[in-house]
Amino acid sequence: MLALRTRTKNKPSALFKAWLLSHAQSFVYSLGQYYRNLLSSILTTAVIGISLALPAGFYLLLENAQQVTAGWGGSIQITAFLKPDINDAAAKELMTRLLDNPNIEAANLISRDQALAEYKELSGFSEVIELLDDNPLPSVIIIFPKIDALTEGKDRQVLDFLYSQPEIEIAQYDQQWVKRLYGIIDIIQRFVIIFSAFIGFGVLLIVGNTIRMAIYQHRDEIEITKLFGATNSFIQRPFLYTGFWYGLSGGIASWVFLSLTLQLLKQPVSRLAELYASEFSLNNLTATETLIMLACGVFLGLFGSWISVQRHLRTIEPG
Amino acid sequence: MIRFNNVHMQYQTGQLALKNINMHIEQGAMAFIAGRSGAGKSSLLKLIALIERHNRGQIIINGQNLERVRNSRIPYYRRNIGFVFQDHRLLNDRTIFDNVALPLIIAGHGHTEIRKRVSAALDKVGLLNKANASPMTLSGGEQQRVGIARAVVHRPLLLLADEPTGNLDPALSLDTMKLFEQFNQVGVTVLIASHDMDMIKKMRKRIITLRDGRIPTHFGNTSVNQNEE
Repeated sequence: MLALRTRTKNKPSALFKAWLLSHAQSFVYSLGQYYRNLLSSILTTAVIGISLALPAGFYLLLENAQQVTAGWGGSIQITAFLKPDINDAAAKELMTRLLDNPNIEAANLISRDQALAEYKELSGFSEVIELLDDNPLPSVIIIFPKIDALTEGKDRQVLDFLYSQPEIEIAQYDQQWVKRLYGIIDIIQRFVIIFSAFIGFGVLLIVGNTIRMAIYQHRDEIEITKLFGATNSFIQRPFLYTGFWYGLSGGIASWVFLSLTLQLLKQPVSRLAELYASEFSLNNLTATETLIMLACGVFLGLFGSWISVQRHLRTIEPG
Repeated sequence: MIRFNNVHMQYQTGQLALKNINMHIEQGAMAFIAGRSGAGKSSLLKLIALIERHNRGQIIINGQNLERVRNSRIPYYRRNIGFVFQDHRLLNDRTIFDNVALPLIIAGHGHTEIRKRVSAALDKVGLLNKANASPMTLSGGEQQRVGIARAVVHRPLLLLADEPTGNLDPALSLDTMKLFEQFNQVGVTVLIASHDMDMIKKMRKRIITLRDGRIPTHFGNTSVNQNEE
């Protein structure tokens, strides 16, 4: 049999070597193709770069915003007023129970006597209060929730937990606006995820279309190689590598765009931070985040070209 | 080597291309398929190359029944065939060396093996000195010789040529045919489709004449093995 003859001639190790060689050839060849069509390649790279830079830029904005607001997290407190009949010993016992809750970072007990002393000092009604034979003020516990407990839903849980304690009469958040800010950040975060998904889909289409055009440009070549016995995987290899190069170069381009933008924003931001007497400075992507972005680019490039190759390569047959 | 038994072939458009074809070409033979344009010469070659599939009958190439060759195995089947085209179909974005090397690269041969075999093939067609030139710098006859070098470089068992001299003047045509004859003499089975009867007759090889998709019994086709030298 003809087919058998060619198969038995090659040992597995030789086949593997040929396979490896073919990959190396496609790898270099596709890079050469990038260079040969430099202008259109750079345009494609730039489009992918800008597309990736948009969600990455939003992400960076959020990260920096969170860095700014992280300092405010500590100022979010819950004031819990205890029932008037709770004495100091019972209040202390409640404190230890509260601190066992994983959502609570710290708690401060203001005993009835302390509250009274404070009130006397601040209100100016000290004489009036002295007339009272009983302390009318309840004990108060100031509770500092953990920052990650301030998300939608979880903040409710903390309050519910507090209300489930029999000693507590009323519990309420202070500084609602910080909580609202976190709420807004939460929404933006979600928006960035959705937006990234759309952009990712867009990059797939861009790469897919570029590869489609490349496939039809090489129509003659594909027909000839098929006639001389090239398998589909042999023919698709250089196109997949081309997608790989587009994705990688697009990822690098988006990193360059982001760094450039940050560089341009650095001065005005630090001037503003100075006005607030803040040490804040803009952060770029960390090494890990940069790698993730590059990996996303490579994945989108490869996947986009793979889809295109599946759709279009098989329709080209010698005739 | 090539055996057709009652082969029918119909294109998807409904056009009947070949009707009841019976023929047998021995291993190591050289034969011509003659006939006017549209007589079915190209269709017959396409069936052998598995570019098209026949609808009825049986085709056996080198002991292999083509009906049993699955689509996924077609690439491996084709690696034992060399193709020559009327319009050469060279790839103009690469050198002549790279054009000829194509079948060897596809089959996964090593670098030194490729260099050796391509040089030998180009030497055989007399174009070794043009190895690094672009196909576009060559004349039509030279381009066709590059096409022939590419078709034999992987030492196929069977060489198929579709109107290989269609674009060449009579003198060049004869040279090209002599080249095919040389490859035939080292054992390659050669099947050439051509409408150029004057040139075919000069070659004094077996001629299979097609007319309207049939092999008529007159035209000297009475015996399937007739005209064999």
